[in-house]
Amino acid sequence: MKALIRITLKPGVLDPQGKAIEGAIGALGIAGVGEVRQGKYIEVDLGAADEAAARATVERMCKDLLANTVIENYAYDIVR
Amino acid sequence: MIRACVIVFPGSNCDRDVKVAIEAVTGRPVQMVWHGDSEVPASDVIVLPGGFSYGDYLRCGAMAANSAIMRDVIAKANAGTPVLGICNGFQILTEARLLPGALMRNASLKFICRDVTLRCETDDTPFTRCYRTGQVITLPIAHADGNYFADQETLDRLEGEGRVVFRYCDAAGSVSAAANPNGSQRNIAGICSENRRVLGLMPHPERLHERLLGGTDGRRMFESLLVGFAEAMSA
Repeated sequence: MKALIRITLKPGVLDPQGKAIEGAIGALGIAGVGEVRQGKYIEVDLGAADEAAARATVERMCKDLLANTVIENYAYDIVR
Repeated sequence: MIRACVIVFPGSNCDRDVKVAIEAVTGRPVQMVWHGDSEVPASDVIVLPGGFSYGDYLRCGAMAANSAIMRDVIAKANAGTPVLGICNGFQILTEARLLPGALMRNASLKFICRDVTLRCETDDTPFTRCYRTGQVITLPIAHADGNYFADQETLDRLEGEGRVVFRYCDAAGSVSAAANPNGSQRNIAGICSENRRVLGLMPHPERLHERLLGGTDGRRMFESLLVGFAEAMSA
């Protein structure tokens, strides 16, 4: 099993990197682009027995390390 | 005899600077403690130095906050040992949840390395008793991720409890957007814990602790420790 984890800044937390990317997209001459928010994508191979066990493991690693829940949200999919 | 120790992480680069600064003030050798050790030796103060621990991978300070030694640093902090986190050390303290909030990428997205003026907002910590509340001092900053963030409720609580210890200001002591180098909420440069014994700050006191370095405003932070220690001994 594999966890596909996305980490994004919470709404309302300023994202200067997203802002810079937004400006760079504009500089390409691409119109119609609204707000850009950037984050992280992490893939983790898991040896879990079933999906429930995999979810419990991923929750723990997200809360304790992969995301800083003061400023970030996380979401994930478990795939085979 | 005051016992200070400095925790050394892979990528720390101000560990020896702060050792030199503390030894210059206290006249006592400072012990260096490796991040892989499980126990901090008996200490009157623990310092988490500046640098780029673990290459700033994942988030600044995130890996270091989970290193073996930090379990004991957290335990000792909770038991009342003063802990000072400078720059990357401040980032580690927030990641370890010893201090609230987080340090995000500078609003300018630039690495900023220059002297800044700061207002000391409270002399009521073991690290600031030799400053005066309201005193304006000069210390250097050198960081890409020093943009202090916390939610409004946390900020209000920090202010209400007098836990904002340093704020970026102009030379006259006025706290303004123009004097904010990195976008920090409410110009916050340093905060302390609820028991006031854990201080995290982005500026580097160890880089201005003697005249040869261009200034001595950082020296009083280490003198503060010495004064507090002497008082505790004579009590």
